[in-house]
Amino acid sequence: MTHPLLSIEDIIVDFETRAGKARVLDDVSLEVNSGEILGIVGESGCGKSMTALSIMGLVPDPPGKVTSGSIKLDGRELVGLDHESLRQIRGKDIGMIFQEPMTSLNPVFTVGEQIAESIRLHEKASTKAAMARAVEMLRSVEIPEPEMRAKAYPHQLSGGMRQRVMIAIALACRPRVLIADEPTTALDATVQAQIFDLLQDLQSEMGTAIILITHDMGAIAELADTVAVMYAGCVVEKGKVETVLSAPEHPYTKGLITCVPHLLPDPPKVRESLQEISGVVPALTDLGKGCAFAPRCSEKIDRCEAAKPELRTSIDAHLTACWVAEKETGV
Amino acid sequence: MSGVTGDNALNVENLKVHFGGGTSLFGAKPVVHAVDGVSFSVPAGKTFGIVGESGSGKTTTALAIMRLVHVTAGRVMLGDTVISELQGEDLRVARRHFQIVFQDPYSSLDPRKRAGEIVREPLDLMQIGTLDERDAKVAKLFEQVGLRPEQRALFPHQFSGGQRQRLGLARALSTEPSLIVCDEPVSALDVAIQAQILNLMTRLQRDLRLTYLFISHDLGVVQHICDEIAVMYLGQIVEQADRVTLFKNPQHPYTKALLAAVPTVHGNKRDRRNRVRVKGDPPSPINLPKGCRFASRCPVVEARCHETLPSLKEHSAGHKVACLLNENPDYQLSDN
Amino acid sequence: MAELNDPSEIPTVKVMHPAREMLGMFFQNYNAVFGLILLVVILLFTFVGPYLHTVDPFEMVWAPFTRPGEEGYLFGTDYLGRDILSAMMAGGQISMAIGLAAAVISLVIGVTVGAFAGYYGGWIEEALMRFTEFFQVLPTLLFSMVIVALFGASLLTVTFAIGVVSWTAVARVTRSEFLRIREMEYVAAARSGSATDRYLIFRVILPNALPPIIVQANLMVGSAILFEAALSFLGLSDPNVMSWGQIIGSNREYILDAGYAVAIPGIAIFLTVLAISLIGDGLNDALNPKLRQR
Repeated sequence: MTHPLLSIEDIIVDFETRAGKARVLDDVSLEVNSGEILGIVGESGCGKSMTALSIMGLVPDPPGKVTSGSIKLDGRELVGLDHESLRQIRGKDIGMIFQEPMTSLNPVFTVGEQIAESIRLHEKASTKAAMARAVEMLRSVEIPEPEMRAKAYPHQLSGGMRQRVMIAIALACRPRVLIADEPTTALDATVQAQIFDLLQDLQSEMGTAIILITHDMGAIAELADTVAVMYAGCVVEKGKVETVLSAPEHPYTKGLITCVPHLLPDPPKVRESLQEISGVVPALTDLGKGCAFAPRCSEKIDRCEAAKPELRTSIDAHLTACWVAEKETGV
Repeated sequence: MSGVTGDNALNVENLKVHFGGGTSLFGAKPVVHAVDGVSFSVPAGKTFGIVGESGSGKTTTALAIMRLVHVTAGRVMLGDTVISELQGEDLRVARRHFQIVFQDPYSSLDPRKRAGEIVREPLDLMQIGTLDERDAKVAKLFEQVGLRPEQRALFPHQFSGGQRQRLGLARALSTEPSLIVCDEPVSALDVAIQAQILNLMTRLQRDLRLTYLFISHDLGVVQHICDEIAVMYLGQIVEQADRVTLFKNPQHPYTKALLAAVPTVHGNKRDRRNRVRVKGDPPSPINLPKGCRFASRCPVVEARCHETLPSLKEHSAGHKVACLLNENPDYQLSDN
Repeated sequence: MAELNDPSEIPTVKVMHPAREMLGMFFQNYNAVFGLILLVVILLFTFVGPYLHTVDPFEMVWAPFTRPGEEGYLFGTDYLGRDILSAMMAGGQISMAIGLAAAVISLVIGVTVGAFAGYYGGWIEEALMRFTEFFQVLPTLLFSMVIVALFGASLLTVTFAIGVVSWTAVARVTRSEFLRIREMEYVAAARSGSATDRYLIFRVILPNALPPIIVQANLMVGSAILFEAALSFLGLSDPNVMSWGQIIGSNREYILDAGYAVAIPGIAIFLTVLAISLIGDGLNDALNPKLRQR
């Protein structure tokens, strides 16, 4: 078996806060292959974005620190690399797009200049050649009249256009991994659909591995190949999208699927009340020794508060960290 | 509750809100047609939803009904009261009958006031009840929205997002209004918290017989909570129907595109590529086209669409559509 | 009602008023604490000192130009043989009183103008801001000299003159805060809770606009003290009232022979303004909620 393109193994990230030490990533292991989309879902504060930052080597230090674990890109260890090597990898091998396309672009340079700049950071290219590449990139992210748009400033573009520019910058050096952190949260539904289409197209053309961070189970269902559900810094369930969504095992995954009012083509006449996940995400500074989800869990048993469950395989590479699920599947 | 007779709690007739205009040093300022002739009515005790993307005018409609932005033309009636024509002290007094819940639970609560004061504020301002009655009322409201009365002493930043939205609801309920305008009340909340607030809103509506005007961009949420829904595009309603009909039998190409754009857990990779897509972004409400406002993005556009602005017409009982193509009953859109 | 169990996560014990939180932040800032201690020492010197050292600052007590430390005179005597130590104490009281009073005057004018301009907008804002600009473009020292020259050099006119020329900065800060805060949703919420304009201005927006205004007002005290010193130095202050600036002004001709008579009040002014600025910086950090969260 060949190793995955990007593999994260047992990564632990701690933060020193005024309220005490917080373990923001606790033993997170993930892997993604070329041409695959890995979806990471969870509520805010569950460690989705921190996972992305640790892959990029951008965990703010201080107060944060990668305590242990390993992140390998094509077999090359990234944890512990010096700043310069990490800088070379960022942008060239791993690209990233963010939630807010307005604040991620520099307002005083044209978008063409910004794409060309990111090319010249990693490759030897003349200004002219880089600019030509920038126009090509704008064309490939389906921006109409790319020659004209390259000369535009970020504020002259719409939100959807700006996110396309962000994607063009992230993909300018043809990275092997693209991390998309809630790339469509600030966009309208019809524009979101366009951006998702674009990501899918680029992925199949370039063979890029994509890590899609989102809170939207629908986006996971329609885009991702594999999914990891995170809660309080831990991966609580992961596996193939079809299996996890059709037969979720962890109560949190079940809750995330049922608590959202899903759009139905044929809504029932009588409305049912939504399934709730009661309470809120706990503070990472005072987690008990049991399962972090136990206080909000409707299926809780005694064991849940006594010890923390570990990820265990049930069937077909479907892993769940839950005592109840373990008992039921009999593993 | 005074002023509400008849079936409809809220009647909106040909509401228009235009911003800008006039002249400045550099010539005429552009006019933004934020809301451009919107009419609908909401029966008492029901929830009317308005969906649309940014720039559709849905939030401006809400703010105009609340009299928080200037109404350019049209009438807004709450029961028998024409609230769009009230001024000064009359308006201030009438405000107890219509309240609003905002989208952002962080900026909608005064950070320097305690939770109890925030909920009590409208009662103090309108001099409703004695001081003791107000205290008792606030304690009861806290319980109604699922907060503990002793949390009245806390400051907003000590609450979570969901709890802040509960505070916003308690404040809106304090004057016992008949209409509550909800401007994207759950979009800023985490998915797991959204369900808590939506269920709370449904329960409050049932218990207190509230009328909701519910503004959202989230079709799933709107489908869940609303009885009747209007789809807005560039300041106008393009389609309006009850919740079952709208989703089962959408007629306007924009509604169809909007429905197709939302990813659902029932979908998968293969299906999504076969859906209708609209091109580009919504145009700006400053330079409006002469014809149909959706024409520039419409997948089934025809030449006449660029010429004539369609009006909202009855398609079947209670189902209104503003589309030229739709006026021909033989025409069927070839998607799905 | 399952939801009643939800809010249990928030501990009710930790009720900390924002002001208390702010003070905690302030006292963690060593510069600010140093400034505060310095100011307290100066205040003790000027306000408690006269009870321990009861010499009339206007009385000629010894030979002129007695050096500091000689003949038992800690700060020496001035050109008329008056005790500089008691002059420093009496003058400190006046300097600080003028500083404070002028700051209050500029605060009242500035906040009023800024609040109304920022809240109402439109032609009211236009008119008020043109008015502010008119005062802003006047050369401040010259303008205050004109006021003092016209109305006579009394304590009252000097204070008034300083206040009148320095309120524009407060007005600008207040207006920009009002412009920002009036768009916040909690203002709209209060409005739909049928708040009157007066309530919105003074009970909703102003309390939230206070932090930068407090900082500005604090710095204003320092600059008013400097301003008073400048006027006194030019001989444009009440000759019957002792102030630090007055000491410098009256001894300036002898600066080469008796530099200490000018240097001592100069250092006092420097230390006072430094203390106030350090406190102002500390307040600025403490009142900025973004920094507070770190």
